[in-house]
Amino acid sequence: MKHFLTSAFAAALLLCAAGPALSQSAATAEATAPNLNYQAVPNFFKTPAGDYMGETQGIATNSKGDIFVFFRGNHSRLWEFDKTGKFVREIGKNYYGFLFAHSVRVDAHDNIWAVDEGANLITEFSPDGSKILTVLGHRPAVTDGAVATPHGPNPPDQNYTFCRPTDIGFDPQGNIFVADGYCNNRVVKYDSAGHFLAKVGGSAPGKGNEEFNLPHALQVDRQGNVYVADRTNNRYQVFDNNLKYKASYTNVGTAWSDCISTEGDHQYLFVSNSNPNGNGPGTWAKTGQIYKMELDGTVLGKFGHAGKLAPGFQVVHMMDCRNPNVLFEGEIESWRVQKFVLQPSK
Amino acid sequence: MKRIIPALLAATLLAGLPAAAQDLGFTATQPLQMPKDVYFGEVAGVATNSKGDIFVYQRSGQPTMSLGGSRSFAHSGTQLLEFDPSGKFVREIGKDLYGFLVAQQVRIDPSDNIWVVDSYSGMIIKFDPTGSRVLMLLGRKPESIDVPEPPPRAPRGNALPGAGAQQDLFDAAADVAWDAQGNIFVADGIGVNTRIAKFTPDGVFVKSWGSKGSDQGQFSAAHSVQLDAAGNVYVADTGNHRIQVFDNDGNFKSSITGVGDPAALCMTKGPHQYLFSSNSNPVDNLDSGGEIYKLELSGSVAGKFGHVGKRPGEFGTVNQVDCRNPSTLYVAEIGNYRVQKLALR
Repeated sequence: MKHFLTSAFAAALLLCAAGPALSQSAATAEATAPNLNYQAVPNFFKTPAGDYMGETQGIATNSKGDIFVFFRGNHSRLWEFDKTGKFVREIGKNYYGFLFAHSVRVDAHDNIWAVDEGANLITEFSPDGSKILTVLGHRPAVTDGAVATPHGPNPPDQNYTFCRPTDIGFDPQGNIFVADGYCNNRVVKYDSAGHFLAKVGGSAPGKGNEEFNLPHALQVDRQGNVYVADRTNNRYQVFDNNLKYKASYTNVGTAWSDCISTEGDHQYLFVSNSNPNGNGPGTWAKTGQIYKMELDGTVLGKFGHAGKLAPGFQVVHMMDCRNPNVLFEGEIESWRVQKFVLQPSK
Repeated sequence: MKRIIPALLAATLLAGLPAAAQDLGFTATQPLQMPKDVYFGEVAGVATNSKGDIFVYQRSGQPTMSLGGSRSFAHSGTQLLEFDPSGKFVREIGKDLYGFLVAQQVRIDPSDNIWVVDSYSGMIIKFDPTGSRVLMLLGRKPESIDVPEPPPRAPRGNALPGAGAQQDLFDAAADVAWDAQGNIFVADGIGVNTRIAKFTPDGVFVKSWGSKGSDQGQFSAAHSVQLDAAGNVYVADTGNHRIQVFDNDGNFKSSITGVGDPAALCMTKGPHQYLFSSNSNPVDNLDSGGEIYKLELSGSVAGKFGHVGKRPGEFGTVNQVDCRNPSTLYVAEIGNYRVQKLALR
């Protein structure tokens, strides 16, 4: 009851356009967003016998419907499944750039991009995963020794190296956008050959427009606009193709991850109000749903809930929504990936 | 300045253009075919033997610290791979070898023995031509490795910083080369020590020279070493933007400048020798540099080619150049995780 009152109050504030002073940990859209019909597809993924997923940080599909899952095992591991959920192969076994998985995305040519926040490296694999086509960033030399997330102010950001990068996206021209990350707080734009073009944000965290506090995910729409999950600020910031600020969406909760659909003429934005790590008291009441939105920020509906058992969500870390009516997601604290079928929007 | 003028004059005479090196055209391919489930990491070294077989020494796998009692032990993380002249994978050499930690360089001597330089274990390892036996070692891997490394010990006696101890213990060995008599020259290298150490063909320490600094005979880093047929020693003094040339006993002869910041050297064979030198970009800079120079031994620029970048035919932190055939080079790239074969026009 208490929870209901809180969200009703928050929704009321929102309706009154009460300004930006709201606590953003609860999704203010929760009370007003309609529930979307959805169906879980239980036990869709058939993992190899005797082997296990770990924290499933990344999930992405290619144009053929193959599914790639990037997770944390004894080091980062990248598994490919076919469209029926059957295991196909492991990609990047013992690869130098795999330490601590964070994101996998598939570009318009079906090349597979893996973002590793332990190696500070982003790798482009060929569509069959057999070849490395491009690397962005640089894995710190072994000889440098262990460097934890720096204490005190972050060192200045560099154009061609990352500090725990989190995600990658592409515009229709093939330009590359990198969210970077846990110790830098910026988004960087490169041309398709990897040359630095622009950035927004820097090494220091901030709360203002064009500042970030843990840019945790990003996606790019067909117009080249960039949607950044500004996690600790509980908002999504939208930028134009030159990384100039356009808008913020602050009503959909914790801002962990976003996804933009690509099949069909109409693009939708999915965002996850992921329940925070640790499942603190009361968090499941305020977090857990995934929101379906228009690109302009209009909330179309919500579905799902936090939960230890499938089909509940345990810290959704990444979604694939190539087809806006079929959603795949990977979760940190359940070590699982799930498939959902959604009711189409009219 | 005094040193630059002769080189400039020579270049001018040679190319007929003032200070503008001829741009050599080339085509680039990537012929090496990796076996299933093996990936290129930071490719530090590439070299060919007299049969055209290609050896790749790369940072791959997962460098690992094992915690044991109060000490931590480092192992693996580096591979030596052999390919046939067509690029087909033949074998992995030295799998899980004790001295393999951080690949730095692979060189093939005139008898086709395979020498690798591992910068973190500080070892020079000589294999027979088949790679099946270890023939000789220089340096010793530290028994345990602390992360981060403790600060370096102060040099003993009157030794200058970077001069190293007069023995075959290396700090971060970078390269190895030989003279016509088989004497061994180690660039030691890219860590605390910045010196060249000379050994007899049997591995007996003869002498070393160099220390940290920018004066003649000093190095910012001794990143690469090659010798000409007359026994002169060419050292890529990365950071001081020069190649320093010494006689066989380490007496300073000249400096070659105007070639960017040399990081990888390769001396061709035959009656007319050329020295290739790569102005390799640092890993955090993709906006300038990356070109490779073809030099006369006088230091004049016979030509240059290439530039920094990630696309095929561009260079990302070239760490070794193989020039057994002076018109067909192999380049190992730390930044781009690949080996490219270059056909120079």
